[in-house]
Amino acid sequence: MSALVFSSDKILQWGRLGPRATYGQILLTLASQDSKIVALSADLGNSSGLDRMKSALPSQFINTGIAEQNMIGVAAGLAKEGFTVFASSFAPFISFRAGEQLRMNLGYMCHNIKAVGIGSGLSMGFLGNSHYGTEDLAVIRSIPNITIVSPADTTEVAKAVEAASNSIGPFYIRLTGQPGSQLVNTDDYEFEVGKAIELQDGDDVALIASGSMVAEALNAAKLLEAIGISASVINMHTIKPIDHEVLEKVALRNVPIFTLEEHSIIGGLGSAVAEYFSSKKASRSITLIGIPDAYGETGSYEFLLEKYGLRGELIANQIRLALEKN
Amino acid sequence: MLIPENESLPSIAREIRLNMLEMAYQCDGPAHLGGGLSMVELMTTLYARVLNFDPLNPDLSTRDRFILSKGHGVLGYFPVLAQFGYFDKSLLKSFKVNGSDLVAHPVWKQELGIESSNGSLGHGLSMAAGIALAAKLKSEKYKTFVLLGDGECNEGSIWEAAMFAVQYKLDNLTAIIDWNGFQSDGPSEEVIDNRNLPDRWRGFGWNVIEIDGHDHESIENSLKQTTLPSIPKVILAKTIKGRGISFMENNNAWHHNRLTKESYLRAKLEVEAK
Repeated sequence: MSALVFSSDKILQWGRLGPRATYGQILLTLASQDSKIVALSADLGNSSGLDRMKSALPSQFINTGIAEQNMIGVAAGLAKEGFTVFASSFAPFISFRAGEQLRMNLGYMCHNIKAVGIGSGLSMGFLGNSHYGTEDLAVIRSIPNITIVSPADTTEVAKAVEAASNSIGPFYIRLTGQPGSQLVNTDDYEFEVGKAIELQDGDDVALIASGSMVAEALNAAKLLEAIGISASVINMHTIKPIDHEVLEKVALRNVPIFTLEEHSIIGGLGSAVAEYFSSKKASRSITLIGIPDAYGETGSYEFLLEKYGLRGELIANQIRLALEKN
Repeated sequence: MLIPENESLPSIAREIRLNMLEMAYQCDGPAHLGGGLSMVELMTTLYARVLNFDPLNPDLSTRDRFILSKGHGVLGYFPVLAQFGYFDKSLLKSFKVNGSDLVAHPVWKQELGIESSNGSLGHGLSMAAGIALAAKLKSEKYKTFVLLGDGECNEGSIWEAAMFAVQYKLDNLTAIIDWNGFQSDGPSEEVIDNRNLPDRWRGFGWNVIEIDGHDHESIENSLKQTTLPSIPKVILAKTIKGRGISFMENNNAWHHNRLTKESYLRAKLEVEAK
């Protein structure tokens, strides 16, 4: 039974607030019902949507200062003593700066820490490559024992945060998108960690997407439909462990696969899908759509998504061209 | 605390050193002897006179917590855990055996009294601070102790944790620094000079106590010294790397080295004679 209410009002409200503020609001709701839930921040409490938690539940909000490594270490001590710890920072800071702390404390010792990468992907816009979360999945996916969830929209942020708080063990929750980003879910739905969601069926191509790219995959599928290409769309919200059952179903269709993610094409969702199929006998056509292996120019979120072809129409076009080639 | 007040700590320390030598010799490979030997008196006193624990209930919520942040110091740790009842001394023979629980760095195993996996330096003080903060949040009385190396204080994360512990007023936290003056590559003066370590810790706002880290009475007094309200305590314990074995003392070749039969017997004789 969920402690949260998924009314259409709430869903729309979270969408307007965006992923970070939704994270903060959900955590506040959960923490006000359970004093063992604590939120840690490395001087980005306000940026993590935790300002209300700081004033409403001061003893459950711990600011470690600009010190991500210590934040994860302190989180481990608290988790060892029975707390459910949510620790957030911008994606590159938590994945790289505190990378070895994640490895020791979440990976090696499996402490009950939910690391949250805020502003991941390209959403930091003009703040530049120093702030983009383009390789966080590659780093964290290589560490054993960490469940990785990349919510498709703000409703899924709420679902993922609640699921993580109800489960004992390490998580990485990756927040992409920004306030007003397109919603994938406008009604309540079933969410289960590790179980991908088949959003629509299709016979010609399979689109496997995560995070902000799920909405774009749906947009692309609609455009493809108009030109007679039928695409299935899968919301692979859990990147690790990846849903083998759904991938097997995709395999049975024997159609070209396109993976979509707001992450480097190295080490993220696309790699996880390709790794899975690499162990199978039949060869598959898998095209990885994401951010190229380079640090590019800086600009607005919209500009960057456009530049990297991570928009519905650009994705549809890329798929159409790929199919024409074959 | 398992041993009576009148039992001699030096004799326990001697026993620990003999265990260490045997482990290092039996493992038939290199072992971190120097930094293990420097911490023996600190560990013996801590477990004999200060820590509140029950080896039969290693999960007891009221127990004091100890984290070995200088994880390579296992030779000064595993024999102490055995000595104070966490496991039988025969298990020490499994040191560095394939698949063993007792390897060159601690692997978290609560039933053996090992509270945390360490080995990568600079992690233990943060975790200890989290454990100490948890006691405050839960209104529990247990105390948290963490042993660091002086070389380990090169790690930036130690100073992140040092600032945090002061900010959160963790007066239930005691850091002990095994200040033996050497690190992997040589004397600290030649790597990162840490002769002003007390000033650094004082500057960060800690209650600094400097002691001779081989003197049981000073160690006990410093550990028991009433804490200043709201201020974490650090004990800077001046030690000798390789302490107790003449050819290892202040000889960094024994930071991580293999004992031959000859060197083992020589070292053993020296310890037994004391």
